[in-house]
Amino acid sequence: MSIQKKSPHSSKSQNISLGAFGENAVTQYLISSGATILDRNWRVREGEIDIVAQSPDGKVIFVEVKTRSSLAFGHPLESITNRKAHRLQSLALAWLVTHKKFGADFQIDAAAVLIGSRGEQSIDYRANVL
Amino acid sequence: MTLGQSLGIALLGLDGHVVNVEVDIANGIPGYTLLGLPDAALTESRDRVRSALVNCSEAWPNRKVTVSLSPAWLPKSGPGFDLPIAVALLVAQQVIPPESSSEILFLGELALDGRIRAVRGVLPSLIAAYKNGITVAVVPSSNRLEAELMSEMTIIPMDHLHALLRWLRTGERDEAQELALPKCQDEEILDFVDVAGQSRARMAAEVAAVGGHHLLFIGPPGAGKTMIAERIPGILPPLSRDESLEVTAIHSIAGGLSARSPLAISPPFIAPHHTATRVAMVGGGSQQIKPGACSLAHRGVLFVDEAPECGLGVLDALRQPLESGSITISRGIGNVSYPSRFLLVLAANPCPCGKFTGRGRNCTCSSLQVRRYLGKLSGPLMDRIDIRVEVDALSRVEMMQTELGESSRAIRRRVMAAREIAAHRFIHEPWKLNSEIPSRALRTTYQPERAAMNFLHNELDREHITARGLHKVMRTAWSVGDLAGHLQPTLGDTQNAFAMREGVRS
Repeated sequence: MSIQKKSPHSSKSQNISLGAFGENAVTQYLISSGATILDRNWRVREGEIDIVAQSPDGKVIFVEVKTRSSLAFGHPLESITNRKAHRLQSLALAWLVTHKKFGADFQIDAAAVLIGSRGEQSIDYRANVL
Repeated sequence: MTLGQSLGIALLGLDGHVVNVEVDIANGIPGYTLLGLPDAALTESRDRVRSALVNCSEAWPNRKVTVSLSPAWLPKSGPGFDLPIAVALLVAQQVIPPESSSEILFLGELALDGRIRAVRGVLPSLIAAYKNGITVAVVPSSNRLEAELMSEMTIIPMDHLHALLRWLRTGERDEAQELALPKCQDEEILDFVDVAGQSRARMAAEVAAVGGHHLLFIGPPGAGKTMIAERIPGILPPLSRDESLEVTAIHSIAGGLSARSPLAISPPFIAPHHTATRVAMVGGGSQQIKPGACSLAHRGVLFVDEAPECGLGVLDALRQPLESGSITISRGIGNVSYPSRFLLVLAANPCPCGKFTGRGRNCTCSSLQVRRYLGKLSGPLMDRIDIRVEVDALSRVEMMQTELGESSRAIRRRVMAAREIAAHRFIHEPWKLNSEIPSRALRTTYQPERAAMNFLHNELDREHITARGLHKVMRTAWSVGDLAGHLQPTLGDTQNAFAMREGVRS
């Protein structure tokens, strides 16, 4: 199975810019906790990995970011279904293969970003969830 | 602590197992995993519990929730676990202190707004819990009367999750308004007063009630077979406390208890339609093994109208419960035994058109049809029927009678007196009823008078009865004798019993 990297789409709607906002916030959070960012919005036909980072101890961290502007439709992370979780796992392996890091120690994290009406944000970061 | 625990009950037949409901709340993507072989209704508990908690302004953990119902091998079914799951979840979230809910059994289904709804099988669940040393139980308010039959336990009826949580947190609860316990009601019992004439059938019913003998009524449509059969529970002695708890437990599992007076005091009367399947008759089901008609009729009367019209093998499936007084049903999820000690009453027309009585002039059936019709009742089954009577169409004399027949109350008094005599006689024996005397005891201890035995042996020599038939007649003779107040069945009693068994040639 060959996975081709595609050029990222330009943001089209409010939701996409909201997502980008959340991903930026999580990136900042990761950097501040000492991680190095390896990749952002890595896209292939099968899907996208929001953030790839490397922790100080060398572990590759894949982060799925979910951003919401309210809790009206449930917790942001609830929208990660089993199917999505499996896809994240295969995407993570694909990234490792593409970047010649197959066999490296890795983990998949999930981050929920909640943005209030006045722009205040809260990050619920959960490590090693899959 | 992100672990919570509470107690529930899983029923397999009448046997309950105490189930430890454990809830673990772990970090991870929000999700809900239910372990421990749940059935469909139990799997759906997730959405009920969640809505109920949220609508009672309690937090739903947006984390990875794992609910484990142990023992894990035991299949669990039904919505009765909603309440223990909700409690364990709240303990895990430290919303309620763990000590408050330990050693308490929780039973109940949750409505989406947090109300607690009635569940089936409350009584057998409580009995099982009590046997396992649990003495306090929270039950739905609508099951309260049934639960309070278990007077050894402290029953806490709750109608809303709000009220339950308040009680668990503070120990306060609204004193449930005392509902006046309805008195045992006799008024619905059908009375033999309504039956005109039919003295032979009435006598047969009375003898059957004394000794627990199974009955077959044969007669044309409209003669009163059903009418008489429906009135037999009214002449049976009322159930003892243990018996009625047993009967109530079975009916509770089947979901057939009335909320007003759950305790079954009078013997049940169950009349399955003749199109009933074997499973309907003896019980079954894949997820949950439910009792069939023969167990619902435990300690009462099982009446099958139009018996020859029953499907192939349906009546013969009753042979095991007739013999052993219980039925064991095996399915994928396990074996379940239900008690089923009932009085079988069969009713049949004499032929397919129903008019083959008297000289049979109006009958339009061929002779082959007539012979085949009652032949559908298999030999082994007929062999277990001690009393067979013809119920003839009423004559004009009987119909003209203005005086009413004897009341059920009077008949029941006689039946109870006769049963007392029998019980006194069998005081050192393991059985209680005349129909239960084993054949060895019949040959040695419990023989009718010499003259009566001579009569029976003559009939045996003439091949009018079989050896087994002889024993059946002896048992019925004891019941006839008890009714007449004889110490030992006389020749007359035995001849009566013989006529009741062999009176109908089928």
